[in-house]
Amino acid sequence: MGEQQEEFAIRVRDLVVGFGRQTVLDHLSLDVRRGEILGLVGASGGGKSVLMRTIIGLIPRRSGTIEVMGQPIGGRTQGAATAWGILFQQGALFSSLTVRQNVQFPLRENLVLSQELMDEIAIAKLEMVGLRAQDADKYPAELSGGMTKRVALARALALDPPILFLDEPTSGLDPIAAGDFDALIGTLQKTLGLTVFMVTHDLASLTTVCDRVAALADGKIVAIGPMRELLQSEHPWVRAYFHGKRSQMLQHEMR
Amino acid sequence: MNSEPLLLATPSGDALKLRPEGPWTAANVTTLETLSRSVGAEVDRSRGVTLDMSGVSALDTLGAWVLEKLSRRAASSGRSAEFVGVADHFSGLMEEVRQVNRHTPAPAAAPNPVLLRLGDLGKSTVGAREDITIFLQMLGALFMAVVGVLRRPRTLRLTSLVYQLYRIGWQAIPIVVLITFLIGAIIAQQGFFHFRRFGAESYTVDMVGILVLRELGVLIVAIMVAGRSGSAYTAELGSMKMREEIDALSTMGLDPVDVLILPRVAALVIALPILAFIGSIAALYGGGLVAQFYGDMGPAIYIARLHEAISVTHFEVGILKAPFMALVIGIVACSEGLRVKGSAESLGRQTTTSVVKSIFLVIVLDGLFAIFFASIGM
Repeated sequence: MGEQQEEFAIRVRDLVVGFGRQTVLDHLSLDVRRGEILGLVGASGGGKSVLMRTIIGLIPRRSGTIEVMGQPIGGRTQGAATAWGILFQQGALFSSLTVRQNVQFPLRENLVLSQELMDEIAIAKLEMVGLRAQDADKYPAELSGGMTKRVALARALALDPPILFLDEPTSGLDPIAAGDFDALIGTLQKTLGLTVFMVTHDLASLTTVCDRVAALADGKIVAIGPMRELLQSEHPWVRAYFHGKRSQMLQHEMR
Repeated sequence: MNSEPLLLATPSGDALKLRPEGPWTAANVTTLETLSRSVGAEVDRSRGVTLDMSGVSALDTLGAWVLEKLSRRAASSGRSAEFVGVADHFSGLMEEVRQVNRHTPAPAAAPNPVLLRLGDLGKSTVGAREDITIFLQMLGALFMAVVGVLRRPRTLRLTSLVYQLYRIGWQAIPIVVLITFLIGAIIAQQGFFHFRRFGAESYTVDMVGILVLRELGVLIVAIMVAGRSGSAYTAELGSMKMREEIDALSTMGLDPVDVLILPRVAALVIALPILAFIGSIAALYGGGLVAQFYGDMGPAIYIARLHEAISVTHFEVGILKAPFMALVIGIVACSEGLRVKGSAESLGRQTTTSVVKSIFLVIVLDGLFAIFFASIGM
């Protein structure tokens, strides 16, 4: 969709975010191209989630500009559901609603449409993320970890947003489920033409689905590019991340 | 890009050619539904339907589904339906949509309302039996924990007990004193107001004294503690259950009853009689103030009348009930807390149940005690 639209889905310029005396993001700049899957890596507590939450407007920033789809983002954003879908780390499903109602929630709040169509769309979304129609009447407390993530993804995609934010989508999933989830995100990204911004520690996801990977260290993006380039990077933290024992082992096995 | 979506229907012979145009996206859903409904009759009449997608400028899952639904409607009675001119970047989505909603499960049959009511009745009967079982189990577990502590006094969680005493006893004193003081004052005022007509004002003191010491002091305090501390216990234990803290305790070889529940219930059993005593005194004080300022009865006369009217027996009747009420509140609050399931809603529901049930049981217990004390002549 959209040949005439600009090249970048998200543009972050000189972003500074901090809490109290601590500065978490220090003059950070990042561009996310339209239609790509960008993986963001960084140390635990290094500000990955803070960056994501700042872009979606949950955390106030001290200075800098953020543009999403060419629109500047204010300190507090409203009407965001149509602009992006967000998959929170724990799913953040509404526990008092069934799976079906969770997926319908963004539709119901943002559009005027018949209950029949809403039911069909909800089931369609659930089937697209690999769930069955029988699961639609369960409550979030009855779901397994993998199913929760899938339902949360279906809810994030309910309005076909152009941008999808994923916060550690494969954490807590077994390798098979994680692999399925990666494949699913890849497929959806192709069919729906999404831009995906993914915070992850999963090296397998980074190599298999991400078009580009950005490394966040010391409050800045220290390296960005396809996985191949990042492996060549000379930055000490990036080297430690990708050439540590664990990473080496994984990369050998994947070859 | 901002134009309205259109759906042009051109009949050609028996067949129907549909040409959707413009943005078929979720933002225009209301228009899309109207459009697809408007051609419904024509689709049903025609022999075959061709959907010419070349005019679609934007498409998302919702728009694709509306079109797919039209084609399925045409195809449902063995007629032909096909998409032509699907742009490359839409073909993946159209393909995806073609797979969904194929196996809609049969909707559950609407249950018979009479049977539903009967079912509810049966469930709540079984539920009531389960409630009693859980109450007795908790009582038994607490008893075993007490026996364990008596055998090895060092296993008592003294720090936890003192902390709970501080929270539910010490911190509750101001509100308990305020409420019982007001209750005492109100009863005294009503007594003076109504007894004055018979010239029996002096009996107000008897009424206040007996009522407060025997019934109201302990009952009001127990109800307040059930609302204030019982709900806190349920919510605490419930969220610990939700976050698997209780399972973690059990796997470390510790009994949650010893570690969490015994200190809480014991603190209640110790604190409630003390609070009831303080509350009763505050109520008598409130009555005395009203006697002075409203009933023209000086403190000396009030105290002298009180001395005649009440005896230690009245005080005993009241205060003996307190530990039992505390036990009921504690057991109900803790067992409801442990019944919390995964969701936030369940936590709220169990907390409500806990408060409602413990207040109900406190009042029932008070009634049983009234019968008992009357029959032994206290």
